[in-house]
Amino acid sequence: MAHRKKNRHVAIIGIGQTKFSSHREDVNQPEMIHEAVSLALKDAGLTMKDIECVIHGNMELFEMIHQPDLWHTLGTGAEGKDCIRITTGGTVGITLACASDNLVASGMYDIVMAIGFEKLQEGNTTGGITNMADPLWFRNLQTGALTGSKAYEFITEFGEDRSKRASLMYRVIMDKHAGLNPNAHRSFGLEFDQIDDLIKSSPKLIGDLKLIEMCSQSDGACCVIFACEKKAKELSKKPVWIRDHITVHREEIFQIFGYDDAYPVMQTHRFAAENLYKRNGITNPTDYFDVFEMYDPASWWAVDWLRDFFQLKGDEHIKLVEDKEIMIGGKIPVNPSGGVIASNPIGATALVRVAEAALQIRGDAGAHQIPKPVRHALASGFGGTLWTVLMMLEKELNW
Amino acid sequence: MGKKVAICAVAQIKHDPDYAALRFQNMLIDCFESIMKQTGVTFDMENGIRNIVTCSDDVFDARTISDNGVTDVVGAHFRGEEKMAQESINGLGYAMASILSGHDDVILYMGHCKESQSESRRMCMNLAYDPFYCRPLGMDHLNVDAMQARAYMEKAGVTDEQLAELVVRSRKNAKRDPFARENRTVDVKEVMGSPMLSDPIRELHYYPVTDWAYGMLLCCEERAKEFTKKPVWITGYGSCMDAYFLGDKDLVSNKTLASAAGRAYRMAGIKNARKEIHLFELSDHAAYQLPMWAEGVGVADEGTGGAWLKEGGPDKHNVNLAGGHLNGNPLLLGGAARAIECFLQLRGEAGERQAEGVKRALAQAAYGGAGQHQAVVIMES
Repeated sequence: MAHRKKNRHVAIIGIGQTKFSSHREDVNQPEMIHEAVSLALKDAGLTMKDIECVIHGNMELFEMIHQPDLWHTLGTGAEGKDCIRITTGGTVGITLACASDNLVASGMYDIVMAIGFEKLQEGNTTGGITNMADPLWFRNLQTGALTGSKAYEFITEFGEDRSKRASLMYRVIMDKHAGLNPNAHRSFGLEFDQIDDLIKSSPKLIGDLKLIEMCSQSDGACCVIFACEKKAKELSKKPVWIRDHITVHREEIFQIFGYDDAYPVMQTHRFAAENLYKRNGITNPTDYFDVFEMYDPASWWAVDWLRDFFQLKGDEHIKLVEDKEIMIGGKIPVNPSGGVIASNPIGATALVRVAEAALQIRGDAGAHQIPKPVRHALASGFGGTLWTVLMMLEKELNW
Repeated sequence: MGKKVAICAVAQIKHDPDYAALRFQNMLIDCFESIMKQTGVTFDMENGIRNIVTCSDDVFDARTISDNGVTDVVGAHFRGEEKMAQESINGLGYAMASILSGHDDVILYMGHCKESQSESRRMCMNLAYDPFYCRPLGMDHLNVDAMQARAYMEKAGVTDEQLAELVVRSRKNAKRDPFARENRTVDVKEVMGSPMLSDPIRELHYYPVTDWAYGMLLCCEERAKEFTKKPVWITGYGSCMDAYFLGDKDLVSNKTLASAAGRAYRMAGIKNARKEIHLFELSDHAAYQLPMWAEGVGVADEGTGGAWLKEGGPDKHNVNLAGGHLNGNPLLLGGAARAIECFLQLRGEAGERQAEGVKRALAQAAYGGAGQHQAVVIMES
């Protein structure tokens, strides 16, 4: 194994999420964060006195607050405590979870609280993302996170009819999941028999990416509390253990050589999954994992990435969707929470994946709890120029 | 705890008022190549760098995900990368945690900032204040610092003349650092006559706009010898956040810094900072902060800054021998600059400004108005 032995085990012992919504005009940023912090403390049965270090993250240019951890101290409760702010774009939420795991495992802190948030209502989301590109060469050409290239590639590989149906099938499944999650931002009540209509009627955003296939922009916050093994066993009846995590970034320029088979561009998703599974001895991820909380900003990406994350070949990933195996009750449920396509408060989004995966392991996911024992869960984050973070969570300390 | 991590190499470019001909990627690549050359480290998935920590700021770069623009020049293509979006000194604390956790054994830590790019540094800092109540008032770190400066000068008996002497000393010291920003030599009279920015902070009391980039290679104790014959060890780290609203805190209290320092001292097993630490690098964005933070880390007694300056405290205790933040580092990168100076002093590579007998050094950095967030790193040879 490439990594050295983990210095000590780390578990999630508290989870808090706000309701995700397009407009949280009733609260300001620190107040919204405070809601998630209070819920997580209550969930863990702790008070702020027990927290040693607060880790804070979001994407600054969405709200145009410089170094927001300073102001947000009012809501995070960080006053008098160690406080660190780490950001990595869309992946930031899960980066906060990875950082919390590192900080606690290091022995430097016993209990750490991670807070991811975004209040997209207060800014211009696509404008903010477009600002990511080089101001001289690419900014004027950028469409933000809206990209039609995956639909183009998908249709080229699997044909128009099957591809468009698979994307919409995924979308309807997520909508059904979101209907079971009281925190989800959007749930339309879509039915599978609407797929043909939606392919025709949903407005196109760019290329074959349709409005219905793209995530919303949401307001919301998520807070997760991490503790060392000793504290976790003392304080929590149902600790969820962090087994391992991996981060894979790539340079900023998309597909510089165009779409040419002679220059295949490897996806970070496949690379991350391969390396993570290799060092943890996972040979068949769809058998090993009981649930996967995936950062799925659009349904085209989502179906395609299943192939990479689960190390599938050919059209196996499409079959998983077509056979509804990714539904609650299926072989490998994906996003019982409704996923990112239902709620996307960006700085919180990837932490919500970790939080929801942990809730499934605890059996505390309520109406969207999957109906079988959950022992092994996978969570992913997406951001930057197709960056990937993966985290493995476990019910038992037995690996 | 007794555990430590190694800094194997550092690299930096010269501090400059305005690298008009360089993008920040250009600034970083020189540091990157220097680290590769000094250490022979690779990006091999088994034994090389698998994770990079960076430090930069979206607002100063005017780029969402500012680390996205540097992925290639820090070697993060198909490797991990995490951005410290706070004072750079905290990147050292985080890199230390990543290594001690066992998750990573080698970490490349790189940072950049082109303060010259923004039309106004004060406009950037104004964005740090809550948009409803404080921002419209024009609050920024400078005028919040000014309120603290006035209150602190009163409490600790620090005079305008003493602040002028600190500026003269800073510029004199910086002349001995080839990587320092090149500033005009000034005398006490000129400083005391320099225009008031925000009473009592004069123009020459405040650090000038600066561009800079750096790199460092950190690794676990067991592997340090692979990359250097002279590792410098990080043995302690602590940070602390203060209240946000000025009315919620005592502006002249060093409670927050003392708390951050206390955690770092406990980790490093330090009982008496004044005796056991031989060199102090303090983050003096404004001249008044040098004696104030000196009190905070315990090298001067509380409330005695004025008398401590009079007795020659800064020279007696080897404080800011390369000119400190006051001579010019970008906001948020001052902590990395402090740590790099500690590294060079601990290795005996500080040239003309080398102090004798430096075995243990302290780097401190603050950010936010009136030092709202404080952090301290302890380094040893």
